[in-house]
Amino acid sequence: MEFLVVLVVLAAVILFVTAPLRRPAGASPEAKPADANLAELEAAREAKYRELRDAELDHRTGKLSDADYEQLDHTLRGEAIAIMHDIDRATIDPQ
Amino acid sequence: MALIGRALLIMALGTAGFGIGASIHGARTGRREWVDAGRRSVYALAALATLAFAILEDAFFRSDFSFNVVAAHSSTTTPTFYKLAAAWSSQEGSLLLWVFLLSLWSSLILFLVRNRAREIVPYATAVLLGFAVFFTSLAVFWANPFTTSANPPAEGAGLDPLLLHPTMMIHPPMLYSGYTLLTIPFAFAVGALITGRLGAEWISLTRRFALAAWLFLGIGILLGALWSYTELGWGGYWAWDPVENAALMPWLCITAFIHSVMIQEKRGMLKVWNVSLVLGAGTLSILGTFLVRSGILDSIHAFGASTLGVPFVILLAVMVMGSIALIVWRRRQLRSDARLESLLSREAVFLFQNLVLVGMVFVIFWVTFFPLISEALTGTKVSVGPPAFEPFIVPLALILVLLSGIGPIIAWRRVTVANLRRNFALPVAAGLVTLFVLLFWPGGPSSRPFALIMFALAGFVLTSVVQELCRGVAARRAMTHDPVPLALVGLIRRNRRRYGGYTVHAGLAVLLVGVAASSSFQHSQDVILSPGQKAHVDGYTIRYVRPVESVSSQKISFGAVLNVTKGGKHVTTVTTTRNFYPSQNQADGLIGKFFDTSNADSEVGLDQNLRRNIWTVINAQPTPLASLINQGNNVFAAYAPQVMTKAAKLPPAQAASAMNTLWAYRDAAVSEIARRFVTNPWPTEFLLIVAPLVSWIWLGALIIGLGGLIALWPVPSFARRRARVASPARPPAPPRLPVREPV
Amino acid sequence: MDPSRKRAIRLTVALTAAVLLASALVYVSFSAGNKEFTASQLLSRGRPGQTYELAGTVLTGSVQRDGTTLLFRIRDPKLPVSVPVRYSGIVPDPFAAGRAVMVAVEKGASGTTYVGQGNSLTTKCPSKYQAAAAS
Repeated sequence: MEFLVVLVVLAAVILFVTAPLRRPAGASPEAKPADANLAELEAAREAKYRELRDAELDHRTGKLSDADYEQLDHTLRGEAIAIMHDIDRATIDPQ
Repeated sequence: MALIGRALLIMALGTAGFGIGASIHGARTGRREWVDAGRRSVYALAALATLAFAILEDAFFRSDFSFNVVAAHSSTTTPTFYKLAAAWSSQEGSLLLWVFLLSLWSSLILFLVRNRAREIVPYATAVLLGFAVFFTSLAVFWANPFTTSANPPAEGAGLDPLLLHPTMMIHPPMLYSGYTLLTIPFAFAVGALITGRLGAEWISLTRRFALAAWLFLGIGILLGALWSYTELGWGGYWAWDPVENAALMPWLCITAFIHSVMIQEKRGMLKVWNVSLVLGAGTLSILGTFLVRSGILDSIHAFGASTLGVPFVILLAVMVMGSIALIVWRRRQLRSDARLESLLSREAVFLFQNLVLVGMVFVIFWVTFFPLISEALTGTKVSVGPPAFEPFIVPLALILVLLSGIGPIIAWRRVTVANLRRNFALPVAAGLVTLFVLLFWPGGPSSRPFALIMFALAGFVLTSVVQELCRGVAARRAMTHDPVPLALVGLIRRNRRRYGGYTVHAGLAVLLVGVAASSSFQHSQDVILSPGQKAHVDGYTIRYVRPVESVSSQKISFGAVLNVTKGGKHVTTVTTTRNFYPSQNQADGLIGKFFDTSNADSEVGLDQNLRRNIWTVINAQPTPLASLINQGNNVFAAYAPQVMTKAAKLPPAQAASAMNTLWAYRDAAVSEIARRFVTNPWPTEFLLIVAPLVSWIWLGALIIGLGGLIALWPVPSFARRRARVASPARPPAPPRLPVREPV
Repeated sequence: MDPSRKRAIRLTVALTAAVLLASALVYVSFSAGNKEFTASQLLSRGRPGQTYELAGTVLTGSVQRDGTTLLFRIRDPKLPVSVPVRYSGIVPDPFAAGRAVMVAVEKGASGTTYVGQGNSLTTKCPSKYQAAAAS
């Protein structure tokens, strides 16, 4: 009985682990590279928004001078816009 | 079931090995299906490890003594909670716990990043499975939890009584969670170095796991300290024992990393530091696991000198040399994007804190391993204890607290006079006021300069944190016009990392105030008292009111009720006991086995509040009962065999009744002898300690934990981001400037 | 100042601090440390007035108490010799005959007994996994 249980578990493990290898080529049910690219861009955008908020909070609480804040804010906004352009491009043309 | 358990372990080993090959093959050929197979190996490993662990727990729960590990570490009289926790009190069970936790966390991270960092993930998977192969091999070939015996004993040896404490049972899973979570940033750092993708991607993927590792490891260390204070009979919470140090070193390393990554994210600096800290923390966590079970250092903890030492040394050598080789290979990509402009800047403070934390790790490492280092250099083992740690750790800790106060309020890039005035005036004033008030306080800490400096620094840190909170709330209210409580909640919600971190700093200050006060101003007395007699400790009078005793199937307790007064006024009444657990040694005799002093622990009589702790422990010894115990042993040594012989000839029901009568007489004799502690009490030794602010240590730790949880909690945008990934492609929107959102 | 010169100065200062710390550490370790001896090593090489870390197993049947003072003998792991110890500090809970212990000792005035220093007695947590090794 125990031997049977072991065999069943072994079969289940082998089937589960090797499932991707037995799939027809190109028929992956996992997310496509385009989705991964979009996810990375959106994560980068969220991170950039966070940086913008951090910079503003640092400025308001006296850890960034006015000049440094203006320069940093300008740079970060430019970077954020560039990421949003990339997102829009990726959305239009997932390839 | 043991057979299934053994088979599961072998399957786990095979699955992990296959997964390594599949991941590397997928990475090198770019064939996605092999990478997916590698990831599925991790999921399968988690399932197998869970099943194996469940089988082991089931064996403990059922007290199945055919399992050798159950027979050696549990008994039918062990309470259920401790039975389940006894699984990891052994070498074998703890190795299985390691594999179980490693596979769980690995499955979680790989699931979360399954569509990201496609170049790094396969190598990270291979490294994680490499650890799994190592620990599973140890479990399969050297310390198998599923070995059985053909003739199982009727009763197990039971758990060491010192471990029958809730904190001691949660301490290993917390520590192991910390250690196994540290393997994840380690694996991703290795993957990033191999692939050369050394931007912020691998950090953003693993930052939360590094923080979770820091939190769990910290909880594990704290629980160990709490157990030591409340359970062991020495009244301390930290002894600089090698295994305490083994957990502290990776924790310090990962603390440095958590701070240092912020600089990489913001300025692209300290890249070499960050990879080194993560690789160092991962290596130190394996070193910690190794120290506990190798017996190479004399420590209060040791699973015993075992044969596991050599494989661990090989793994550690591979990790150290591999890490150095990878960093040297990728040194060009690890160059900083920006330079340090001023030593008076936030970037510099982060760099200093790296240096201080690594300095502390180095000191602890050196002194911990000094017996081995000195033996290698001079041929003689030289032992150094706390006197070698403190001259270095205390000043470094003071500098660390100072930096934790400066960091949140100092400007980026370079400090100006205006900035200094604006941000530092109030906290520095608070620190100085604290210093001067305490300096001239009658009976205050002026005689202990280090403690005095720590209190002043705590004033500085706490004020800087409160100042930051106030300014942040003001900034938020300027935009949202929310009432103060709402603004505070909103501020913390939107900036969890920042304010979680500030909370941790506040907690650290509180904790170190507790450490400084309790270690510098403790008063203790080791006295012999008879009932009615008293001792004086730090203005308190502690009177031994009366002895107490109790007998149960699990233990015999001899204790004392102590009355504490100060200036004639009643302060508290505490009870402390010494517990004796039955031994399994036949030579102790049928009566003597219940008074075995080698299997004893203490219940501390503790009264604690925010101001001071009164800690008492009794060291009652059954020595005056020796002649009575011997008499009892002789009587039952003569009587018991007669009863057993007669019972063997009786039908089962009558035989059981006869044996029960024998044991009832035995139990009555034991109770009567134990009762002498109350009816004819003898002078007994007590250790009495009065120490201030010990509770601040636990309070500080709670605040640190709260801060860690705040920082760790997922931001709401995380959920929004995931929802967007799942939705189909939407029509293009015109480019927009980012909206100025409330801070 | 030229940035690269600034960096060179900072690096020099940092390295100097590191070297100083390391030197202090090495010095304190060797001077504050006690040689770790077994019972036989202590008997043959121990010098009066010097403190040593005595490591070994508590000899079964040797434990006695005299008020707050503990008297016991520590056995050599390999040779059939043992050393008498007189200890008045805090005794850890797991302390018992047959357990592995370590204690800082100095040769007493009597010349035969070794006096335990401070609260230096530590006992290894008994590991049931170790089976009959500690006997």
